[in-house]
Amino acid sequence: MRPTSKDTRPVNLDLGTIQLPVTAYASIAHRVTGVLMFFASFLLLWALDRSLASEDSFDALVAVLSSPVAKLLMWGIASALTYHALAGVKHLVMDAGVGETMRGGVVGARIVFVAALAAAVSWGVAIW
Amino acid sequence: MGGSDMVTSVTSFSRTGLSDWLIQRVTSIILLAYFLLIAYQLMGSVDYTSWTKLFEQTWMKVFTLMAALSLAAHSWIGLWSVFTDYLTERMLGPKGNTIRLVCQLAASLALVGYVIWVVVIVWS
Repeated sequence: MRPTSKDTRPVNLDLGTIQLPVTAYASIAHRVTGVLMFFASFLLLWALDRSLASEDSFDALVAVLSSPVAKLLMWGIASALTYHALAGVKHLVMDAGVGETMRGGVVGARIVFVAALAAAVSWGVAIW
Repeated sequence: MGGSDMVTSVTSFSRTGLSDWLIQRVTSIILLAYFLLIAYQLMGSVDYTSWTKLFEQTWMKVFTLMAALSLAAHSWIGLWSVFTDYLTERMLGPKGNTIRLVCQLAASLALVGYVIWVVVIVWS
């Protein structure tokens, strides 16, 4: 490890050796889904463009989106976005002073995971 | 302030953590409202006529542009937070800062591109 100029204490960020609490997994998932949405936005904008360009491109988009790969992608994007949004709402709730304790953080993270899982199942039912 | 810290703050969205924090929340609410509206529309039966009619209305064009600007700011702040945590000299060695700046620049350019793309889609 290369020490920085201000701080020469050793740092262990080898995540494989650290037992992480559920709040850490919630935070990491929020980041991962956020980065995913940055890339997914390209596909969403492409779809918006195709859907509005002309009636032919609209129909072509509908045809493309009915393929198994497109459905899987749509399900993934919808599920990632829903998780990211739920975790974001949890932040807003905590900003309002609700659930700021260690216990509250754990409960909040669990609620977000369960709700996101239920949403992912619902998206699956809606798409297939 | 060391050189590395300066580079970190100069690439943040609004230069201060407090306003980045507030912008992140305001943009999140705009994006949430926009995606809820889109999801609600897609739940019903969508055809080309009703879909284009929705996007022809001025309020929807303005809302779409607001969502695009929010997406750009929100992603910039979010990616900056991720980049400054993981793409660092401590994590990646001497090239860490360079790698981070390149990634930040690429992401920022992509986000500007997204906004321009939305303007072209909605206003043409």
